[in-house]
Amino acid sequence: MSKRLTNILTPIIAVLLGILVGTIIMLASGYDPAAAYIALWNGAFGDIYYIGEVIRQFTPYILAGLAVAFAFRVGLFNIGVEGQFIVGWTAAVWVGVAFELPRIIHLPLAILAAMIAGALWAYIPGLLKARFRVHEVIVTIMMNYIALHVTNYIIRNVLASKSGDKTDLVKETASLRSELLQSMTDYSRLHWGIILAIICCFIMWFLLEKTTRGFELRAVGFNQHAAQYAGMNVNRNIILSMLISGAFAGLAGAMEGLGTFGYAAVKGGFTGVGFEGIAIALLGANTALGVFFSAILFGILKVGSLNMPLEAGVPNELVNIIIALIVFFVASSYIIRVFLERFSKKGVK
Amino acid sequence: MEYVIEMLNIRKEFGNFVANDNITLQLKKGEIHALLGENGAGKSTLMNVLFGLYQPDGGEIRVKGTPVKISNPNVANDLGIGMVHQHFMLVDTFTVTENIILGREITSAGKIDLKKAEQEVRQISERYGLSVDPQAKISDISVGMQQRVEILKTLYRGAEILIFDEPTAVLTPQEIKELIQIMKTLIKEGKSIILITHKLKEIMEVADRCTVIRKGKGIGTVNVSETNPNELASLMVGREVVFKTEKVEATPKHDVLEVKDLTVKDARGVTVVNGLNLTVRAGEIVGIAGIDGNGQSELIEAITGLRKAESGSIKVNGKELINLSPRTITESGVGHIPQDRHKHGLVLNFPIGENMVLQNYYQKPYSKNGVLNFHKIYEQAKKLIREFDVRTPSEYTLARALSGGNQQKAIIGREVDRDPDLLIAAQPTRGLDVGAIEFIHKRLIEQRDKGKAVLLVSFELDEIMNVSDRIAVIYEGKIVAIVNPKETDEQELGLLMAGSNRKEAGAHV
Repeated sequence: MSKRLTNILTPIIAVLLGILVGTIIMLASGYDPAAAYIALWNGAFGDIYYIGEVIRQFTPYILAGLAVAFAFRVGLFNIGVEGQFIVGWTAAVWVGVAFELPRIIHLPLAILAAMIAGALWAYIPGLLKARFRVHEVIVTIMMNYIALHVTNYIIRNVLASKSGDKTDLVKETASLRSELLQSMTDYSRLHWGIILAIICCFIMWFLLEKTTRGFELRAVGFNQHAAQYAGMNVNRNIILSMLISGAFAGLAGAMEGLGTFGYAAVKGGFTGVGFEGIAIALLGANTALGVFFSAILFGILKVGSLNMPLEAGVPNELVNIIIALIVFFVASSYIIRVFLERFSKKGVK
Repeated sequence: MEYVIEMLNIRKEFGNFVANDNITLQLKKGEIHALLGENGAGKSTLMNVLFGLYQPDGGEIRVKGTPVKISNPNVANDLGIGMVHQHFMLVDTFTVTENIILGREITSAGKIDLKKAEQEVRQISERYGLSVDPQAKISDISVGMQQRVEILKTLYRGAEILIFDEPTAVLTPQEIKELIQIMKTLIKEGKSIILITHKLKEIMEVADRCTVIRKGKGIGTVNVSETNPNELASLMVGREVVFKTEKVEATPKHDVLEVKDLTVKDARGVTVVNGLNLTVRAGEIVGIAGIDGNGQSELIEAITGLRKAESGSIKVNGKELINLSPRTITESGVGHIPQDRHKHGLVLNFPIGENMVLQNYYQKPYSKNGVLNFHKIYEQAKKLIREFDVRTPSEYTLARALSGGNQQKAIIGREVDRDPDLLIAAQPTRGLDVGAIEFIHKRLIEQRDKGKAVLLVSFELDEIMNVSDRIAVIYEGKIVAIVNPKETDEQELGLLMAGSNRKEAGAHV
């Protein structure tokens, strides 16, 4: 069996195993799995509105997945995508509400603000890693909490409208919302962000696979010693990769701030998008195309699951369990690989 | 004649790859039996079968005539088979005795009886002339002594048959002599030995018989007294091998590398290169001889920019390079075949083709405006693979999948092709077989003949003597002598490397 085929089959089998075990759990707890999966399907595809919502849902997932995957390809584990996402969201909304500018300047400026905010948030752990070898996992986790509470403070004290815990809607000139896309999808919250997410997939692929910079980043990711030997600046590449990763995460925040919601609100806890990004990157094998597809899957599960309690009486917590199972099987993909290799060996004989 | 071990028609497959194809090895009682083969010929596989780490797919193992099934290393131990590993399996912070009894502790009332254990260890050590101090800490004793602890470990466990896996790879010439003495004592005391090696000289010196394997197949067993190194080498490689690399007299010209008063600290902050002076001229090979850990690695790392130097001067073609970036140094005409090809030399998860442009990917024609030109990269890779006989399924194969010798040929191809004025080769043939060694030596001499300066660091005295035009002996971070390879011998070099004063003959700085 070719390596490429194994690489494609492994996540697919992981997904199937997740669904299979999910079925068993549903049977064991007295729910009808067939009805549940039909409800899931209807909730994601049963109506053009739902399709719009699925796309809307996976738009930030793609970017969060890219953020995790990009850092991972350079050998860094960016757990801080959640925090970078939140600061990006806030920065985008800030620019969105604070300025009066023509759309052609205002929208790019708000998006850029989100990317810069995310990048700067990721710069700190990158710098600490490069300079002092402080482990990025610890720093990024802590930066998540700082992001959450600092942005809450800013929203409450600087940006909030009269109601107190929510900003005004961003100006029309900074919004990603589209009357056209909304009317096409029966007034879902679908917005132009999906185009940006797809462009970012392409950018990540091109940057890593086709450029000299990507050559360096990948070399550093695989073997820092060899990269240093070859004359590459390891520290600069570490910082750069965190900047780019953070920019992706910040852009994911802009999707919510300028698209889905159009405002920023005080949050009681993490949104989870940044953490989903870890699972999405893992399922997508840290490649741009893989992240794209696994984000779609996560979007389908997330949106479709909302219909499961209504139509099949299955609690949507079960969907979270299925997602967790899929991630579990991907993480233990070694088992699947061994199985595939045994299987293909027998086939030859 | 009684055989203590018989491995008859052993076969071992890994997937579609046959690592051992009907190999037979019969060990007589009281003999030193050499197992000779190139890297990847299947020596380690065969020994792992004997030691119970692998199960054979065919064939039979007999111990003293009785067929046995060795399902794991404990069974091997119980059968009296002991292995002295090439990479020692010792706990650095434990004493000699603690290491030896590990897993077989003598206890009284739940407490380890160290006194008794020490006594036993001392007894065995004296009986076989090992002179090991049972109370010394592993981290405080030399590599040669650590190896003796490994030997003691097997003896303590009652081994009658000892397998030595490449035992001399890490030893100095003096230590090798002592080891050979120890092996002879072991035989006298009734033990039998299997010696895995690809060093022909040692086989000629110490072994009684020799089994040769090539590409997984048993070629045959010969009596060492009836053969010679040339015959053994051609049995091993399958063709005639030239030992003494032919070379004309060097015609050195201007100075290329000038190192003055160089001081470098190692990772622990200890000064390991201590006011070192060295010059390498165009058209000559200077070999650095020395025992591992006398500052060789740090010297090279300082020259190539991988480690900060404390003070001094490093000039290449008159240009000061001390503490500049590796890239600047590379661009100033320095090529480097690194000591550790997996750590520094290659990105193992890159295709071999991309590894071929590891230093110059950013230059034309391999890229333009920051975008890589894979067509040109792989064209270059194909050229180097052909010229340097790198055996790989394709230029897209991951470097990880290549054998050590082919990885090394790829690195040498890359470094030589960049046409550097100074080529630094650190242990370029470590772990390689005679065929690959011959190839690499030829390439180094070729560079010299093209008027390049070559700096060779090696722990193999044969290599230093054979290839170098001048030998610089390094000891405690200083070059303590420069000798002419034609006017010296291993004895003198060994003494200089150990820090003795220069003998009158052949030594002129």
